[in-house]
Amino acid sequence: MSAWIPPAPILAHLVLIFIIFNVLVLSAAFMVWMERKVCAYIQDRVGPNRVGAAGWLQPFADVIKLLTKEELRPKAADALLFAIAPIISAAAAFAAFAVVPFGASTTLFGLLDEPLPLQVTDVNVAVLVIFAITSMGVYGIVLAGWSSNSKYSLLGGLRSAAQMISYELSYGLALAAVIMMAGSLSLREIVLSQSGYWFGFIPKWYLWPQLFGFFIYMCAGVAETNRAPFDFPEAEQELVAGYHTEYSSMSFALFFLAEYVNMVTVSAVATSLYLGGWLGPFLPDWLDWIWFIVKVLALLFFYVWMRWTLPRYRYDQLMEFGWKWLLPAAVLNLLYTAALVLWLQG
Amino acid sequence: METAAFYIFATIAVLASLLVVGQRNPMYSVMLLITSFGALAGLYVLLDAPFTAVTQIIIYAGAIMVLFLFVVMLLNVPREEPAPSAAASLLGPSGLKIGAVLSGLLAIEMVWALSRLPAKGFDADQANQVSDVRNIGQVLFTDHAFAFEATSVLILVAMVGAVVIARREH
Repeated sequence: MSAWIPPAPILAHLVLIFIIFNVLVLSAAFMVWMERKVCAYIQDRVGPNRVGAAGWLQPFADVIKLLTKEELRPKAADALLFAIAPIISAAAAFAAFAVVPFGASTTLFGLLDEPLPLQVTDVNVAVLVIFAITSMGVYGIVLAGWSSNSKYSLLGGLRSAAQMISYELSYGLALAAVIMMAGSLSLREIVLSQSGYWFGFIPKWYLWPQLFGFFIYMCAGVAETNRAPFDFPEAEQELVAGYHTEYSSMSFALFFLAEYVNMVTVSAVATSLYLGGWLGPFLPDWLDWIWFIVKVLALLFFYVWMRWTLPRYRYDQLMEFGWKWLLPAAVLNLLYTAALVLWLQG
Repeated sequence: METAAFYIFATIAVLASLLVVGQRNPMYSVMLLITSFGALAGLYVLLDAPFTAVTQIIIYAGAIMVLFLFVVMLLNVPREEPAPSAAASLLGPSGLKIGAVLSGLLAIEMVWALSRLPAKGFDADQANQVSDVRNIGQVLFTDHAFAFEATSVLILVAMVGAVVIARREH
């Protein structure tokens, strides 16, 4: 009996998916470590330094701890929804990364006949797919809040739903501005349209014409991923731990994982939309994904930096900022972009 | 492969829609409706209309259902009790008759619409034209510009109306 071996392109694709999935999981572990280290230095501490050199094994120790803990469920909780809520959260977080390109094509030094694009799938409506999947992620949080049958969880879930609805509009309008400039919905084409330099050294990133749009995107992105200073769904001083108060063990870990993977996805999409994706100087073509990782890491560092620098807003301030400032700004940005595109086309 | 995918999505869509009506718990109804919308999006992908599929998810499964969920959570009705007096009239004999008439009308309408379908098969060229975002935009803002603008005014009216109703006490 000979095992069926899939043809090379499919095999390469499966390996690629496997690698992306594991890199995302590892990136979450790395983010936990970086978050604790950076926050420690910001607060003039050392941070984790016992497990492994400079504490880099700490996240793995945490995972083992979480895996061996008892799984608890409140008696009054809705068993089915309580169980699927963390799964929805994590699945949505991972799924969004499927359309993000992180490098040009590779043939693995001639191993493959057809060059393999470094991306799970290149759909021609990629930007909208990301938008759709992000809007699905909120169900995990909302269901967790409702099914726990606890006041704190419910309030966390409600806050999250309201926050997502409010900031999704600005998020979408910021995306629309970039789509207009690139004239395409495919992330790969958007990245490729940013190649080249002005005056020989300023990269033609959409960051420059869309400086304002980038700001709007990042604000909305922080709100969508429930990170400080917009981390109301889990504001610990008011809500214990918000929507995941009743969760323990691996189901809690799934929420934790989803939050970090979402941050990576938001940063990766920002990199593709505004920072020229994998494009960069000095590196040979087959190493261009290093540029992608460097840019994503810079944005992630910014995320962490912001969390440990800025205090949380008040909830009414969040709503006021979202509806009265960010949304009108996003609309103005869209109008400005439309004018710019028409002017550039002559 | 495609036929199998069609039947899987179709089964999910029909089953989920039926279960939406059958649920006592409004929370489950909302989740099943989202499932049904997801299966419909899958069908759109099979029809080579990824744009329609994604907008289906963004608008219905994403935006509208989050609002539904929000309302269900705010009211926090754990279970829907079997129809009390006010709703009883709908389930009474006269209500059943209205339901029967409506179902009959729907069935006639479906038969009429299906019988008017052109006999020719699936046209890939035409499908590509429909699925291309650029074409959709062009058609929307030229041929159907009036309908498009009228719809946006309609939505604006609905929004203003909702605000007026919500703030009546002031």
